[in-house]
Amino acid sequence: MITGTPKPIEEILEMLEPYDNIVLAGCHGCVTVCRVGGEKEVQVLASTLRLAREAAGRKINIREVSLERQCDPEYVEQMRPYMKDYQAVLSIACGAGIQFLAEKFTTTPSLPGINTGFLGVTERQGEWAERCQGCGDCVLHLTGGICPVTRCAKSLFHGPCGGSVQGICEVDKEVKCGWQLIIDRLTALDQLENYGKLKPYKGWNTSRDGGPRRIIREDMI
Amino acid sequence: MLPCTGRIDESLLLKAFENGADGVMVIGCLEGDCHYVSGNIRARARVERVYAILEKIKIGPKRIRMYNLSAGEGSKFAAFANEFVDQIREIGPSPINLVRAGKAQVVTEKEAT
Amino acid sequence: MKSGSNLEKVLAAGHFSVTAECGPPRGANPDIVRKKAAYVKGHVDACNVTDNQTSVVRMSSLAGCMLIKEEGIEPLIQMVVRDRNRIALQSDLLGASAMGVRNLLCLSGDHQKFGDDPKAKNVFDIDSMQLIHLVKTMRDEGVFPSGDKIEGAPKFYIGCAVNPFADPFQIRVPRLKLKVEAGADFVQTQCIYNMDKFKKYLELAKKEGLHEKVKILAGVTPLKSAGMAKFMRKMVAGMDIPDEVVNRIAAEPKEKQAEKGIEMCIEQIQELKELEGIAGVHVMAIEWEEKLEQIIGGAGLLPRPVVE
Repeated sequence: MITGTPKPIEEILEMLEPYDNIVLAGCHGCVTVCRVGGEKEVQVLASTLRLAREAAGRKINIREVSLERQCDPEYVEQMRPYMKDYQAVLSIACGAGIQFLAEKFTTTPSLPGINTGFLGVTERQGEWAERCQGCGDCVLHLTGGICPVTRCAKSLFHGPCGGSVQGICEVDKEVKCGWQLIIDRLTALDQLENYGKLKPYKGWNTSRDGGPRRIIREDMI
Repeated sequence: MLPCTGRIDESLLLKAFENGADGVMVIGCLEGDCHYVSGNIRARARVERVYAILEKIKIGPKRIRMYNLSAGEGSKFAAFANEFVDQIREIGPSPINLVRAGKAQVVTEKEAT
Repeated sequence: MKSGSNLEKVLAAGHFSVTAECGPPRGANPDIVRKKAAYVKGHVDACNVTDNQTSVVRMSSLAGCMLIKEEGIEPLIQMVVRDRNRIALQSDLLGASAMGVRNLLCLSGDHQKFGDDPKAKNVFDIDSMQLIHLVKTMRDEGVFPSGDKIEGAPKFYIGCAVNPFADPFQIRVPRLKLKVEAGADFVQTQCIYNMDKFKKYLELAKKEGLHEKVKILAGVTPLKSAGMAKFMRKMVAGMDIPDEVVNRIAAEPKEKQAEKGIEMCIEQIQELKELEGIAGVHVMAIEWEEKLEQIIGGAGLLPRPVVE
């Protein structure tokens, strides 16, 4: 899922300085799963903001809503009937959702309530870890299902570098060396001959480096 | 009516303060003795999160507290209640109530963050 | 001759070669480089100039190479793939070759979190393995990776680095093999303190015949003190310093430790000279360049041979 972390409350209050009447929009997708932007989080954030603002002598009116997803036009359109009544929308969906609201409601400032993070998995309740960089040219079949772009801090294709010690990456003792993981997995799968098969230079043009990306499925239009 | 403190979530607790509570006491079963297995453990985690939020927005984290006792400890309940009420009296009304009463002790926006 | 560099000639002639390292300054003052160069001159077959080592910003390796070249020392440029994409790398290779630099060491580079700019973008467009392949393609085929012809192919004696002490051990020789296949001509190892482990690594490399395909230069770093040994062991990833080594220098009183460190380094070089498969030594006397003459001379490696 796409993960994120809440923005500090001071930062959000600063963003809301010019406004007294806003929509606070959550999303039932990824951000619900990683407990940062779902319906519950909308309720808690709304109460927190109301309490903070009232204690400072200036109330704020918040309409709490939660969409199925903020990245599909059908769901976002459900907001249209009331958006004109509000000065801004604070969204705690991922960056894609926050931007989509801005695109669909061009006269309503769209504010980010979270810092969108990465594409990852739930390693355990409360802990999410990055797995995919969306490079557009997947080689997981050659690396035992472990991504060298994401899990190696240097995105090496023939790792590990000399800084790998006891399976730990030189950048942080909490970070496992991606290439140690790959080699262990290839060994377990008896696929060590795959090591070294990544010779051709990576084409980064399929990733965001090539420019903002677009997928068009002719068969679906 | 709540069957168990495990049913309480953060938004419920924050709503109490929005509705004008100066303090909120959460009383659950003794740890290890929850009638519904571990509801009280979840409640404590949620109370702690609300404590942190109240601290961040300078409402006064001491306004929320969780106590654990068994259904039969009537006198303990009374003692806890008195203790908590005294605590709240000492720290005074919630800033929200002060503002609503129009008192001069308005916390500036800067101070509230 | 692939590059015609002095290092290549000395190794081809069968001599035990010597290289050393110069770290450029954290500033634009060329005299600092010239001062270090004075300690190196005459004692080596080539001298490495590091490339923003540990991600700490320093004068560029190419500039450092030009300064030592002016002082009469054969330069060895180091290039990390951390900071430059393939466009910049190709461009710098052409530039370095144009300026007469004939030796190159291809490296990954320490992660930027260790340096002054941990917020910098992480480039790693191609890895060190692919850089070796890139240089070889440009040198031997005279074309850019894009296929276009180069007007004046760069000439480099291509080097790579290995760390026999990093994990997992079982991949270290296969990785060296890949680097050799990619086109490495010589190897400089991370500094060695654990001779037993290094010998194990060497045996595995020899089994693959790698010592015949690539010239292996063993890295050594003289210890200034027991404190330095303990610091490196604790703080530098991939550093293996056995207790016997630390204890041996620690047994000396503080004022005698430096001399002991040099003595231990000389002994180590002499032992490495005797190992089949070792073609030379790379002496990394970081911020202690003034001791190079004593160390290299003490190991019986002076004067350096002159090969036409």
